[in-house]
Amino acid sequence: MNRHTAAVMNKLSPWLATLGFFLIWEASCRVFSIPTFVLPAPSDALAALIKDFDGIWFNARHTLFTTLCGFAVAIVFGLLLGIVVGASSAVYRALNPLLVGFNSVPKVALVPILVLWFGIGTVPAIITAFLVAFFPITVNVATGIATMEPELRDVLRSLGAGRIAILTKVGLPRSLPYFFASLKVAITLAFVGAVISETVASNVGIGYLMMSASATFLVPLVFAALLVIAAMGVVMYGITALLEKRYAGWAMRKRR
Amino acid sequence: MAGEQTMGNVQAIRKPAESPEPFIQLSDVGLRYGESGEGVEALRGLSLEIAKGEFTAVVGPSGCGKSTLMRLISGLTPSSAGGVLIDGKRVDRPLKTVGMAFQNSALLPWRTALENVLLPLEVVQPHRRDFRRNKARHAEQARAMLAKVGLNGAEGLYGWELSGGMQQRVSLCRALIHEPEILLLDEPFGALDAFTREELWDTLQQLWLERRFTALLVTHDLPEAVYLADSVHVISERPGHVVHTSHIDLPRPRTPEICFTPRFTEYIHELRSHIQRKTPAIAGASQ
Repeated sequence: MNRHTAAVMNKLSPWLATLGFFLIWEASCRVFSIPTFVLPAPSDALAALIKDFDGIWFNARHTLFTTLCGFAVAIVFGLLLGIVVGASSAVYRALNPLLVGFNSVPKVALVPILVLWFGIGTVPAIITAFLVAFFPITVNVATGIATMEPELRDVLRSLGAGRIAILTKVGLPRSLPYFFASLKVAITLAFVGAVISETVASNVGIGYLMMSASATFLVPLVFAALLVIAAMGVVMYGITALLEKRYAGWAMRKRR
Repeated sequence: MAGEQTMGNVQAIRKPAESPEPFIQLSDVGLRYGESGEGVEALRGLSLEIAKGEFTAVVGPSGCGKSTLMRLISGLTPSSAGGVLIDGKRVDRPLKTVGMAFQNSALLPWRTALENVLLPLEVVQPHRRDFRRNKARHAEQARAMLAKVGLNGAEGLYGWELSGGMQQRVSLCRALIHEPEILLLDEPFGALDAFTREELWDTLQQLWLERRFTALLVTHDLPEAVYLADSVHVISERPGHVVHTSHIDLPRPRTPEICFTPRFTEYIHELRSHIQRKTPAIAGASQ
């Protein structure tokens, strides 16, 4: 294979892999004649998607909105907490068990409590998305700041820099790659959080749609909703990846 | 104060009659790591004097506390015993008039060479206050400095795009851009190949001859110490103290040819004879 075709293959490979996945799925459904209410073929899901597009789009928009709200809060909170935890080993030591313990709690278990506090609907979904998504951001930002090279710290201290200057000149820029890496994880987790909360306690959103569709055995519709979530996840991931390239591109060395 | 008393004693014993008032003075300094002093004893009873504008080198076996000595002078680590005086003032917090360079060039990878050199001016007072207003002038200054060490055209490159030697040149520029009175060098050329190292000796010597800062070079490379320094202090094994001092009386500027002269070799022999190595040294223990 010459270099040109290799480059083309490189570009096409994600599309080919996705296409292949759906083809195998479609073929398996047809060859083994799997009933639609067990596993619908992608073509069935697509048909359901086109048929109920308005309803799906309405709910998907709502889920996207809750996810992004929760994600935004997670970024602000996760970033601030990560900076505090990363900049001070005392705070790190004090908060570490709490954070790990908190992260180990299954967030689905919290949804009923959130419903108790805020009622059914958008608010618990936003809060669940936030709760699931902030942890990786905090951990990554804290790691980025805490693993600063001692020489860099020495250089800045010997210039008379205080904690704040060391943080803004070295700590924060250095933790940017960690931050963006965590965003890619956090955005997908935020979708999970929002949809989970919607399935348990909401009357709008993709999660709710899936619950009501499966209750009436509209399995192709369930899968159509899943495909929509997956697509939104891929798009949001792509956006964070672009931001990463834009603001932390220095960490990804290009070969020259 | 106890520290000043000890200092007085040491001064009476050690101060060579002909030297001027020392700029940096360590008297009977001890340092033990660990919170309540139960850790490793890095230095004990170390006394050292450096005149203003002098180029001093410190050599010794691995793990003898050479790097610790540097951190003491810069005020990054407080001493557990004795006193460190700079220009007559006791060092008890990080100094603000020090430039530092390490074996690892410690460049900020998100900054270009030029931006790395500008870093001290963004942090050190009084430049910090007016940095934005004077940015163009500072950038010009940094560019001139980079050109001086042979890096014209490399201003816009990032650390990983530069060779090891070039990175160290940038690191030297960064250490000197704010015109510090003291330059502290911790094995800055240790990771470079022999040819690059010799080139950088000359670069450093050139900078020193022009600016006459007070330089302290920590190294384990005896030729490097003799080539660059006015006086070379040999530190013993841990806990470190000065066991021997050679005053290098070779004409400046020194050129690579000087390494092949008998006097140069004599200095190296003399220094080597004072370096103790009881046990096979564990490589890299000083880092």
